[in-house]
Amino acid sequence: MEPLTSHTPPAHAAPSHAAASHATLHRRQFLTRSGLAGASWLTMAGHFLARADETRADEAAPARRQTARSIIVLWLEGGPSQLETFDPHPGTNIAAGTGAIDTAVRGVQLAPGLERTAGEMASIALVRSMVSREGDHERAAYTMKTGYRPDPTVVHPSIGAILCHELPQAGTDIPRHVSILPGQWPARGGFLGNQFDAFRTGDPAAPVPDTASRLTTSRDEARLRDLDVVERAFARRRQARVDATLHRATVAAARQMMSSEQLRAFDVSSEPIALRRAYGDTPFGRACLAARRLTEVGVRCVEVTLSGWDTHANNHALCQSQLEILDPALSTLVRDLRERQLLDRTLVLCAGEFGRTPNVNLAGGRDHWPNGFSVALAGGGIRPGAVVGATDPEGRRDPADPVPVADLFATVLTAAGIDITRVNQTPIGRTVRFSDGRPVAALLRG
Amino acid sequence: MWWRDLLFVSLVGGGLFALGYNLIPPREPKPVTTYDAPSYQAADFVSTVAKVDASFRNYWAEWDIAPVPPASDLAVARRLALGLMGTVPSLEEIRQFESLPAHERMPWWIDHVLQDRRSADYLAERFARAFVGTEGGPFILFRRRRFVTWLGEQLHQHRPYDQIVRDLIATQGLWTDQPATNFVSVTSQQQKKNQPDPIRLAGRVTRAFLGIRLDCAQCHNHPFAEWKQTDFQALAAFFGQTHIGFTGVYDGDGEFEATEHSTNETRVAAPRVPFAAELLPEEGSRRERLAAWAAHPKNGHFARAAVNRVWALMLGRPLVEPVDNIEADVWAPDALHILADDFAAHGFDLRRLIRIIASTEVFRLDSAADRDITEEDDKAWAAFPLIRLRPEQVVGSVIQASSVTTIDLDSHIITRLIRAANQNDFVKRYGDSGDDEFDGRSGTIPQRLLMMNGTLIHDRIKDGLFNATARIAMLAKDDRHAVDTAYLTVLTRRPTPEEAEHFTRSLADPSLSRAQHMEDLFWALVNSTEFSWNH
Repeated sequence: MEPLTSHTPPAHAAPSHAAASHATLHRRQFLTRSGLAGASWLTMAGHFLARADETRADEAAPARRQTARSIIVLWLEGGPSQLETFDPHPGTNIAAGTGAIDTAVRGVQLAPGLERTAGEMASIALVRSMVSREGDHERAAYTMKTGYRPDPTVVHPSIGAILCHELPQAGTDIPRHVSILPGQWPARGGFLGNQFDAFRTGDPAAPVPDTASRLTTSRDEARLRDLDVVERAFARRRQARVDATLHRATVAAARQMMSSEQLRAFDVSSEPIALRRAYGDTPFGRACLAARRLTEVGVRCVEVTLSGWDTHANNHALCQSQLEILDPALSTLVRDLRERQLLDRTLVLCAGEFGRTPNVNLAGGRDHWPNGFSVALAGGGIRPGAVVGATDPEGRRDPADPVPVADLFATVLTAAGIDITRVNQTPIGRTVRFSDGRPVAALLRG
Repeated sequence: MWWRDLLFVSLVGGGLFALGYNLIPPREPKPVTTYDAPSYQAADFVSTVAKVDASFRNYWAEWDIAPVPPASDLAVARRLALGLMGTVPSLEEIRQFESLPAHERMPWWIDHVLQDRRSADYLAERFARAFVGTEGGPFILFRRRRFVTWLGEQLHQHRPYDQIVRDLIATQGLWTDQPATNFVSVTSQQQKKNQPDPIRLAGRVTRAFLGIRLDCAQCHNHPFAEWKQTDFQALAAFFGQTHIGFTGVYDGDGEFEATEHSTNETRVAAPRVPFAAELLPEEGSRRERLAAWAAHPKNGHFARAAVNRVWALMLGRPLVEPVDNIEADVWAPDALHILADDFAAHGFDLRRLIRIIASTEVFRLDSAADRDITEEDDKAWAAFPLIRLRPEQVVGSVIQASSVTTIDLDSHIITRLIRAANQNDFVKRYGDSGDDEFDGRSGTIPQRLLMMNGTLIHDRIKDGLFNATARIAMLAKDDRHAVDTAYLTVLTRRPTPEEAEHFTRSLADPSLSRAQHMEDLFWALVNSTEFSWNH
């Protein structure tokens, strides 16, 4: 019986290999034998070159290690109010009663409800003057996830896809771009290809979907042998074309993932109970903890979504209940990474698609406001404690030191050591840079 | 009181009957649809097909390429069903197909598919991606479902393509009542009091209807074509008097103010078309004039853009890539011009265009050959391409393949509800490739996981009352027959001798039940390359 590896070039499909049993499919040695199979998270063929490159780069340039190697994006879907989170204006009209609390950094205040985050402020940087040109959820989410406004002729890659593309990682059997609790528009690979789309999974309390076979081992293996028979018939007279589809390589990589030890990184139940409590006994808290575990096994980017920030009515109460979920998770994530000495190489970005209007509407809500909102950053390459920009205490547009979304992207990518000036070809031959913004020097560690 | 009892019994009985009739309607065998034989025999039809065939034969001779032999009828029927209905043919349909005399099979099948509401709805969804994109659009002001349903109705009623496009560009009214207006309202801008965006509209009109990417002239002069930034702004000005209000989309007054990107200065742009100004009528609202100009039979861009898209829907790859950018100075196969001329000369009849393409030699070539098929063959259309199926095609095929009867609009309401629910969830998980439809990329690992271990496949292939696995296991007269039927149902072909032997042997193995063996067989078939790639 010919195993699934028959798509590999003749050199790999030696007779002895063809006779190997299917059990070998589950073993790591399989990967080294068939160059294409395990590599499909990257552009398939570049895998081993990339591995060699990375090893060399790390050895030759120790300075590179100062940059972020992984990013955790806490995505606050709906557009969180800056006034009830990172940019309070206590005592003003626009505060509408929201106060402020002191933080570990003198002179920097946060909204009440973020007490634990305030305690970690020395590790966190804030931008309070984000400006975007999109006021619609979908378009604004696209902008905040890619650094570009929607463009009908090209889909831009999200930050995690760029990281996976630019910073390959050898020996990772599980997806290197993950979205836990995905919202409406999970991160995409865009023109880099759909193999860079975020792998979507739910609350870590449940196992990762579709990664376990429903059958006994013997029946499962019999099915793979059956599949082989069907594949062989189709590949007859069209071998090269069938190989080019990479279908079988993708099946092999999926099987590899199903049997990988690294899948356990999604499971937080082995973490100490005290730590789990500190993150919060919520899907979002568990997801943040899983995000840390995933970055430890080589995942480049984890997006964790907390929805429910679209507070057109009853803004203050809704924000309070959201903060009860966000505050423990965000603060514990930063502390946990720092205590494990992972913060230097892990960048945490906490953002939503836009902010909310300074004026409170008749329903006690705040509406969409892309003209001065906040994001928080921490870790790898980011200057801790930095605060950039300020919004007007009377709620006028045009914040001081405005940071366009493209500039935030340029900053984050630079913090990850990615050359933003490099030009990429889209599938239709258009040239696009990963970011056309300028890095904000005040946010970067010198 | 005996009459009361009688009344009670008859009411309950009548109610139960009505309920039962609605839940389990008597299924009548479908009449065999007929086909429009004269339209396939008309001299101008035959000559257009011959011209297209000759044009490719010329290339092959010139480039010294031998085309691969033709594919089997069943293989062609499968690609046609996938391309136009987003699903594989049902076993029921295959049996009908094979009962016809050989020369009648293909025309009958083409018309059978074209008459089926599933094809109108499927094509509407595909066209809608080009017309309004895939984004959700502004809440309340944009009704995507409504728009697609309307488009499906137009296609089903066989409305000429130019009329549909005129409606899209120029209709006034509410997006719920006049679904064509969603073409405009999808661009409404919240931060500008919900007014439509002339820039995005002009971009859509040029790309979707004319096959020109004028959008880049939005910010700068076009890098290689002759378009200037002012051309694009002048085109956008045709939407400068279009507004959104309580009565929906309407034409009033006002002027479009173009913004100079480098200086941020604005200036009023007057409406002007970038070429063929003689086709622009004097009468009508600005949008009506633009619509008449764009969809004019003498505006060659219009027919070429449509032909390129329909070709891509049927063969998986456009004649000129990308599908919405047919540069005037870039080489295009003669077939594009032959088909576009025919399309414009015959009242933009989409059915005729589809019939012609489906009758060409290229459409009926095999995807396999005894020699290696090279990139050159692909470029010269000397072999049918291998094209990865879209998520809707995959899920449509899985659901159809798990039933022996045709699942269409005549199917039971519950069947259709289950289909709809399954489909949405599956498409979301499988991952939509968005606007960029014809990208020719390979599949992803999450897709494979979903197909190997996911709930939909599991539910669809398990031993259940209505599933094909159970029906075939129960009804097939022997193992060999069961294997044959499974192959026809899932892959629209019969097994090779090697496959037949392998699976017949498996079925005889007593350690699993027959139904379990059938499950395993279905699993292998739906997880194959062959199932996921149109060929």
